[in-house]
Amino acid sequence: MRLDELPLRRTATVSTVDWETLRPAEARRLRELGFDAGVTIEALHVGPIGRDPIACRVGRMTIALRRTMAAAIHVDVAALA
Amino acid sequence: MNLSPLVALVGNPNAGKSALFNALTGARQKVGNYPGVTVERKSGRMALADGRPVELVDLPGTYSLDPASPDEAVTRDVLFGRQAGERLPSALLVVVDASNLDNHLRFTLQLIALGLPVVVALNMIDMAERDGLLIDTDALSRELGVPVIPTVAVRRRGIEDLRDALALLVGDGSGATLIRGGPPPEHDIVTLQRRARAIAIKATKQESVARRWSHVLDGVALHPVAGPILLATLLFVMFQGVFTWSEAPIAWIEQMFVALQDGITAALPAGFLRSLLVDGVIAGVGSVLGFLPLILILFFFILVLEASGYMVRAAFMMDRLMAGVGLSGRAFIPLLSSFACAIPGIMATRTIDDPKDRLTTILIAPLMTCSARLPVYAVIIAAFIPPRSVGPGIGLQGLVLFGLYVIGIVGAMLAALVFRRTIAKGESGGFMMELPKYQMPNWRDIAIGLMQRAWIFVRRAGTIIMGATVLLWALLSFPQAPEGVSQVRYSVAGRIADGLAVVLKPIGFNHEMSLAIIPAMAAREVAVSSLATVYSIEGGDDVQTERSLVGRLQGRWSLPTALAFLMWFVFAPQCLSTIAVIRRETNGWKWPLFSLAYLFGLAYLAAGITFWAATALGL
Repeated sequence: MRLDELPLRRTATVSTVDWETLRPAEARRLRELGFDAGVTIEALHVGPIGRDPIACRVGRMTIALRRTMAAAIHVDVAALA
Repeated sequence: MNLSPLVALVGNPNAGKSALFNALTGARQKVGNYPGVTVERKSGRMALADGRPVELVDLPGTYSLDPASPDEAVTRDVLFGRQAGERLPSALLVVVDASNLDNHLRFTLQLIALGLPVVVALNMIDMAERDGLLIDTDALSRELGVPVIPTVAVRRRGIEDLRDALALLVGDGSGATLIRGGPPPEHDIVTLQRRARAIAIKATKQESVARRWSHVLDGVALHPVAGPILLATLLFVMFQGVFTWSEAPIAWIEQMFVALQDGITAALPAGFLRSLLVDGVIAGVGSVLGFLPLILILFFFILVLEASGYMVRAAFMMDRLMAGVGLSGRAFIPLLSSFACAIPGIMATRTIDDPKDRLTTILIAPLMTCSARLPVYAVIIAAFIPPRSVGPGIGLQGLVLFGLYVIGIVGAMLAALVFRRTIAKGESGGFMMELPKYQMPNWRDIAIGLMQRAWIFVRRAGTIIMGATVLLWALLSFPQAPEGVSQVRYSVAGRIADGLAVVLKPIGFNHEMSLAIIPAMAAREVAVSSLATVYSIEGGDDVQTERSLVGRLQGRWSLPTALAFLMWFVFAPQCLSTIAVIRRETNGWKWPLFSLAYLFGLAYLAAGITFWAATALGL
């Protein structure tokens, strides 16, 4: 599943990121903000128009990013307990 | 020159760096610019625990040493000792957010690797504790190999400990060198991040799940329905406040300047000097300083919204709309401020990282209907638009005023679309930002921010704007008209107006209008007083009230002419202060000149089309 398809309030783990589809500056900033394989992520809020951008929790931070960028991030939804 | 040692304050955005800077330096701050770039250099003096003075410089916040914006490039270059106009720091004061250790420690590790003496301020420790985090400061210090001081900058906790720790590290300022003597090898972010995370885990003694206030608040503030309603309400209150609260102080300032003019008129004999002082200097500077209350109130709201963490949420909600014209959510606040005055709006574009986004925002900001247009709109609408009702609760006059605002916004959006495809070509900088935790603003920090904004504005009023108004005065006062001839018409400005009138005649402007827009270059609302002057001289009486101006205009202008004049003021860059700010913020004459050309071009076209269309319709 891609991050832009992740339902709100569902915790997931980042499996892979398609770094090559992102511009180098964007890719670097994503890494700096803590996006990486294995990181726990949760989609928290979406913008009022077109559900864009997406705000998600990564580690202890809340990061807002556009859907187009979120589409490059693949996540595994945690098994429901 | 005997310079005191330099300590650089550096850290991630949202680590509370500015609050710590204010706590350490108090009001003894200097705001300048790094040479050749529009990056602010904020520095201040602080005393170490042993009494030695050091200069503390607040470097722009960044996530790493790979810059993504001109601000971040300055941070890197200062730390590498290769920034023009800055000496190599003797020590670094690294600020980290205690509740966001694993992310902030990665940058800290990069900074420690530079080899300069480092003290870490473990800031906002109170909020970390509220989040249920207990951090072992000693363990963290051992892992990092540098002193770690817990602080709460907004409450001024831990400040003395920082002075102690820095006193032990800062030498006499002569021997600052980078251990490696150059930029460090390219660090792999992922490796550094893993190390940072391992250290954060070791230093965290206890982590319990606590109620997170920010998440609760965001449930409302970012709610798809409640969020936009809250934003609209806040903006409504803000604009109401800006216009109603500023009314009285603006009147005081105007009275003060009138009193000053009267005093000088009484004290000096009539002549060149008196005219220069009264009609040139005081009238000009007074008309600009009159905006100070408005600008301060607007900035007060902006600073509070920024310090509380709400501003980023507003940008979040507006991002999609702004993306439609190739901008990002970050352009929203500067453009919004421009409805009060383009000057603070353009100054606020510094928060936009992407240089092309920023340039586009600067160029379209003057199209937002600022408060100086209102006096012009009010007089023309009162004179030419009948106070008819066009629907329940909707008056025609109000509708026209609303229409002028909408034309400005639509014009700005179209201009942005064109610019993003031509002069600011390239992909949009995108939108990716951290939503910091909500925080109660510290009023002292707000006051310091307001003082700095006010000073920048006043200094400009005292230099560039005064120069321009004196020049306009001279154009209007020379050469001296012989007895019985209108000074305004006989002056250089009058003769320029003769030339202008030829150009402006096709779009329906008469000679008086051409004359009025020359002094209105200083500020738009001057058009009203200069029209009043021109028509009162012509009419032979000296009643210069707006009411009588309305009456005079009705008899002299046709409706198409009046509409063309309104449209002219939607677009025309009749504000030298704005042009001066664009020059300052873009660091050169290219973009202010471009703004003048494109806005006057649009104004001419829009006024012309309006005039021709209205004439063809037989209005």
